Amino acid sequence: MTSLPTQPAKKKLGLVIDLEICVGCQACAVSCKEWNTQGYSAPLSDEDAYGADPHGAWLNRIHSYEADIDDERSTVHFPRSCLHCEEPACVTVCPTGASYKREEDGIVLVNPDTCIGCKLCSWACPYGAREYDPAHGVMKKCTLCVDRIYNENLEEIDRVPACVKACPTGARAFGDLGDENSEVSKLVEARGGYGLFEEFGYKPVNQYLPPRLRRNKNIEGAPFALEPTNASKANTTTGRLFQWADRILSR
Amino acid sequence: MHPAYSVIIFTTASGAGYGLMFWLGLLGATGYLPVERWFGATSFGLAFVLVTAGLLSSTFHLGHPERAWRAFSQWRSSWLSREAVAAFIAYIPAGLAAVGWVFFEDLSGFWGIMAVAGALMAVITIACTAMIYASLATIRQWHNPLVVPVYVSLGLATGVLVLTMVVSIFSYNARHPEILTMALLVVALILKLAYWNKIEKQEKTWTIEQATGLTASTRVSQLEAPHTQANYVQREMGYKIARKHGAKLKTYAIWLAFLAPILLLGLDIASGNQYSVILTVLSVLSATIGVVIERWLFFAQAQHVVTLFYGTERA
Repeated sequence: MTSLPTQPAKKKLGLVIDLEICVGCQACAVSCKEWNTQGYSAPLSDEDAYGADPHGAWLNRIHSYEADIDDERSTVHFPRSCLHCEEPACVTVCPTGASYKREEDGIVLVNPDTCIGCKLCSWACPYGAREYDPAHGVMKKCTLCVDRIYNENLEEIDRVPACVKACPTGARAFGDLGDENSEVSKLVEARGGYGLFEEFGYKPVNQYLPPRLRRNKNIEGAPFALEPTNASKANTTTGRLFQWADRILSR
Repeated sequence: MHPAYSVIIFTTASGAGYGLMFWLGLLGATGYLPVERWFGATSFGLAFVLVTAGLLSSTFHLGHPERAWRAFSQWRSSWLSREAVAAFIAYIPAGLAAVGWVFFEDLSGFWGIMAVAGALMAVITIACTAMIYASLATIRQWHNPLVVPVYVSLGLATGVLVLTMVVSIFSYNARHPEILTMALLVVALILKLAYWNKIEKQEKTWTIEQATGLTASTRVSQLEAPHTQANYVQREMGYKIARKHGAKLKTYAIWLAFLAPILLLGLDIASGNQYSVILTVLSVLSATIGVVIERWLFFAQAQHVVTLFYGTERA
């Protein structure tokens, strides 16, 4: 049913991704690909893997950006997958009802048996969370490992999304973001977590924790980037020495 | 946005088909067209062929066309579903009007009402198709109040152009349909130019800093993409046309879809409808190519916000 659930979801299950800790190792992307290749539906396509045009659907993509953190240029690794929005546009645009949001836990899913692969949901999503699987002819997206989190065949400690389990640095957390007392909610509160593109009004549930402020700021006089040697600023002996050397060598 | 040919053919062919259906219904019911069976069969037949060919073409871009019947179910929330429902409903009154015209050579009373209802449903269907694009907040160039008027006016203009061609072929006096067609082409051109002006001048306010939420940074730039080959998202949403190519294609579209047909029809009127058939056929051919280029540009000029994640600075 692609109208949104009439009642707000009882739980708001989602992920919290720590941009401070993520090292861009891609373990989460790979474990997601693996789990969803042997799980509930047709395997995520992986065509021409060693050929000229490898292509296939992945549900989790890790970007790497350069950004200023505290006036210092740093690398930020950025995992991007479905944010399981509270009012997702991808659900309302679906013409067949294949795209839906679960009432009990808020997980947004695609029914692979009714999806016609029209791709409109991927146009509606600002996050690029949905990919068309050419081998299966349907749209695929992060399922929040709905087939793991309630799976009694797994040990309780393993009943978390594959990406959360795989992360070697603990950059990913899973829980109920609708419960203000949950670990994830407390984490978001403590670190000032944010959703992406809140302006669209889709109310993303997944939260990102911004990179922390740098510790160097507390050490007085310590520069966090080497300042370029500027001849006009020499006011120490060493400074004047370097000025002279610079002049001699620049002839 | 990647221009899918099946969708381009769908919107242009069905746009012309529904436009033709509109004018047949309106002009037929109000007595401006001869209610003669062969003329009715040819013109309504052409309308149904255009509409049906368009709709069938749209199923080619689906991963599972055999499940397409499910698209009728979510009309409460989805414009694509509403378009499917409207398209289906439109066949009924238009089909009945065709029956009245062809079998009974009668467009009065009940048949007339069906003709007008068909005309109304035709415009509604074009509007629903346009809303599929206009409702998407993620694509600035489409999320624009001019999109629906452009689609409707182009549908009506190409539809009446096809009607004028059929009128000429049947040796009826083509002067009035030609004047109507020229007027509609002018309106459609003005709307399309206004649309292009708007999207080219509008400020791209989404930034890569907003997309990643790293707004504390003065500048975020892409260090490395998540994958070494383009993925579905980049292929579908990342298609970008070089500005100089876009400008050239725009010129071709303006000439072929609007100016050439207007000039040819003007020439036809000026020469006393002596060469109507060849001139109207040429106009239809020119407009066909022109509208396909225009629709292709509609996709190629559209930029999705997801491109920000892939290193585009503004969208």
